[in-house]
Amino acid sequence: MYKILVKEELAPTIKLFKVEARMVAKKARPGQFVILRIDEKGERIPLTIYDYDKDRGTISIIFQEVGKTTVQLGGLEQGDCLLDVVGPLGNPFDIGKVGKVVCVGGGIGVAPIFPKALALKDEGNEVTSIIGARTKELLILEEEMKKVSQRVYITTDDGSYGEAGFVTAPLKRLLNENPPDLVVAIGPLVMMKNVVSVTKPYGVNTLVSLNPIMVDGTGMCGCCRVRVAGVTKFSCVDGPTFDGAEVDWNELISRNNRFLEEERRALERYRVLIEG
Amino acid sequence: MRQRMPEQDRAERIHNFQEVALGYTPTQALAEANRCLKCKHPKCVEGCPVEIDIPTFIDYIAQGEFDLAIKRIKEKNNLPAICGRVCPQETQCEALCVLGKKDEPVAIGRLERFVADYELKQKSGFRGQGSEEEKLKTKNKQLKVAVIGSGPAGLTCAGDLAKLGYNVHIFESLHATGGVLRYGIPEFRLPKHILDIEIEYIKSLGVEILVNMVIGKVLTIDDLFQEGYKAVFIGTGAGLPLFLGIEGENLNGVYSANEFLTRVNLMCAYQFPRYDTPVRIGKRVGVVGGGNVAMDSARCALRLGAEEVYIIYRRSRIEMPAREEEIHHAEEEGIKFQILTLPVRIIGDSQGQVEKVECVEMELGEPDASGRRRPIPIPDSRFILPIDTMVIAIGQSPNPLLLKETPKLELTKEGTIVVDESGRTSMKGIYAGGDIVTGAATVISAMGAGKRAARAIHEDLS
Repeated sequence: MYKILVKEELAPTIKLFKVEARMVAKKARPGQFVILRIDEKGERIPLTIYDYDKDRGTISIIFQEVGKTTVQLGGLEQGDCLLDVVGPLGNPFDIGKVGKVVCVGGGIGVAPIFPKALALKDEGNEVTSIIGARTKELLILEEEMKKVSQRVYITTDDGSYGEAGFVTAPLKRLLNENPPDLVVAIGPLVMMKNVVSVTKPYGVNTLVSLNPIMVDGTGMCGCCRVRVAGVTKFSCVDGPTFDGAEVDWNELISRNNRFLEEERRALERYRVLIEG
Repeated sequence: MRQRMPEQDRAERIHNFQEVALGYTPTQALAEANRCLKCKHPKCVEGCPVEIDIPTFIDYIAQGEFDLAIKRIKEKNNLPAICGRVCPQETQCEALCVLGKKDEPVAIGRLERFVADYELKQKSGFRGQGSEEEKLKTKNKQLKVAVIGSGPAGLTCAGDLAKLGYNVHIFESLHATGGVLRYGIPEFRLPKHILDIEIEYIKSLGVEILVNMVIGKVLTIDDLFQEGYKAVFIGTGAGLPLFLGIEGENLNGVYSANEFLTRVNLMCAYQFPRYDTPVRIGKRVGVVGGGNVAMDSARCALRLGAEEVYIIYRRSRIEMPAREEEIHHAEEEGIKFQILTLPVRIIGDSQGQVEKVECVEMELGEPDASGRRRPIPIPDSRFILPIDTMVIAIGQSPNPLLLKETPKLELTKEGTIVVDESGRTSMKGIYAGGDIVTGAATVISAMGAGKRAARAIHEDLS
C-alpha cells in the first residue's frame, strides 16, 4: 500500500499528492511516470512523476479530475492509501546541454513539463517557459516555473490572466525574435499538435511527451501504440518522449477518444454512487 | 473406452465465464485409471517436461488412493491443478501412451486434474499448505535466490528451490501474481480461484512474492546481486505484441491479443462498469491467428456478446498450433473458422473505427522451415469481411525492459535469451527459462525450463 502523505489543491479539479513509494523514488528520474491503481476494482492509469525525494522515499503526482478514476482519486485524503504504484516507468528525459530551450506547458501539462524544465536548467540550458490554461483559476505551478525559467510567458484562453489566447502566440514571437535550439511541449494533444505545426517551418527540434491510454505500462499489451515517423512505437517502453514533428497526431487523438462512451458511463455511475 | 470429460452445456456457457470442462467424477477417474496397461517400460513419462511419475500416480488412483496419487505428482509438479487443465497432453505424455496406438490413450491430464482438484476439495478452506517434510529442509535458508516473473516458469523454479531449502523471492511486475496464467488464460479455462490456491501452495513452501516490481526499472539485476541474491532466474515471459504490419492496425477496435485478454482477464473488463477497465466488443469480431491465444480471444469475445466471431488463419485447420481441445470447444461454441485467409488491409470509417477487413485467399504449397505447408496467396482472390473489432493474436517479441538494463546478457537475433540445456545464461549466476528463452510456447514447457534451472541453480550453489 502506498500512503498519501500530503494532499494539495492546486486549482479547482487539479490536485497534488505526495505519496510514500520508497522503491519508486529511489530510481525515479525526470520524465518518467508511474502506473497507479486505487483499489481492487480500479483501472491502471499512468501519471507523470512531478517530483521525487529519494531520501524521504516519496514521489509527487499531479492530476486533473476528468474521469471516474481521477475523480475518485481526488476524493482521497491525506492518510489514505493507493493499492498499487508501479514505476518508475518510461525512459528518463535525458537531453543534456543544448543551449536555449523553450518549455511549453498547457493545462495539466504544466505538471509534467516542470520536472523537464528543472532538469534542463540543471544541465545548464537557458530555459524560457510558456504556460497556459483555459482560465486564470486553472493555471498551475506559476511560481515553480518561474524558479526554473529565465522568463515565463502566461496565456489564458479567455484572457482572465496573462495574454489572451493560446500558448502558440508567444511561441511564434520567440521563434521570430530569439529562436531556441529546442522546444519541449506537453499538454492536451491538440495543443501539442499546434505547437509542432508552429515550430515546423522554423526547423526547431520539438520534443513532446505523450499520454496515450495504457493498461500494463510495462511493454506487454501494446495499447499505447503511436505512429512516429510512420512506424508503430509503444509509448510505455519507447517513450513517452518523442519528436513531435514525426507523431501522427490525428491517429493518436482518435485512439485516445476510443473509450469516451465508457468513460462517460463510468463517471455517471460513480457520481450517482457517491451522491446517493 | 476413454472416459468423456463432463462439460458445461454449450448453449449456457457462451453466456458466462465459468469453467467449460467440469472434471471427472471419482467413478470416472477409477474407470479411466484402470485403462492403464501398466507398461514395463512406460513411454508416457518421457513425454512429460516435468518428469511426473505417471504410471505410479495412475496406479494409486486405480486403487482409490487419491491422496497418495496427488502426493506423487507434487514431488515433481508444483502446479498440478493448472497443468491438468492447460497442458497439451495430447502432444506430450498421452501422445506416447501405448494404448493410443489402437485405442485412445489414457486421459493422463484429466486424471492429474482429478486428483489435484480432489486435494483442493478435501481440505475445505484449504490455503495450500506445504507438507511438513517439504518445510523441513532449511539448510540452504541463508542463500537467497531471486526469481523474476511469477508465471509458470517462475513459480516452478521458485517452488523447486524452496523445496530444496532456498530463501526465494519472486519479483512480479504486475499487481497480481501468475503472469500469463492470470492475464492470458481466461476464467473458463483456468478459474482464478484454482490459480490462487496453487500460488498459495508455492507461498506455503516459503516463497515470498513481491508485486509491482518491474525488474529493469525498480531494481536492476545488478541491484539484486548487491542485495545478496546468489542467483537470479529470469522468467519474464513474452513481451511486446506482434502486429501484421498492414494498413489500419492502429484503428480503433483493433487490439493485440495481449491487450484484449489483459483487459478481460486481469482487469475484469467483462464486469465493467463494476470494474473500472472497459473493453469494447462489437457485433462481428475477427481474431487473427491459430494458436491457443487466438482461441481464448475468440471465445472471450463470444462471451462478451459478439454475434459472430471469426478465427482468421492463413493455413488450414490441421496446421493450427492451438490444442485440439481448444479448437473443438471453439467450433462447438459457434466460432467461425475463416481458414486459408490472410488479412491485408483493415479499413475504418470516418471516425477511425474498424469497419471491415480486406483479405486474400491462400493455398498451401511445400512445407516450410516449421515443417508446415507454406501458405501462398491465390491471385485475384481479394475479398472483404465486414467486422467491427479485430484481435491480433500472432505472437509477441521479448519484453525489452529488463534486457535493455542487462546489456551483457547474450541474446539471439530474435532477442530471446541464449541459455544452455540447464537454463544457464551467458552471465554467471543468471538463469532463464520460459517464453523469454523459447519465444511464445506452452505453460508446461515453461515449467519444465523452470525446473531444469532450479536444478542448475542448486548444483551451482552447492
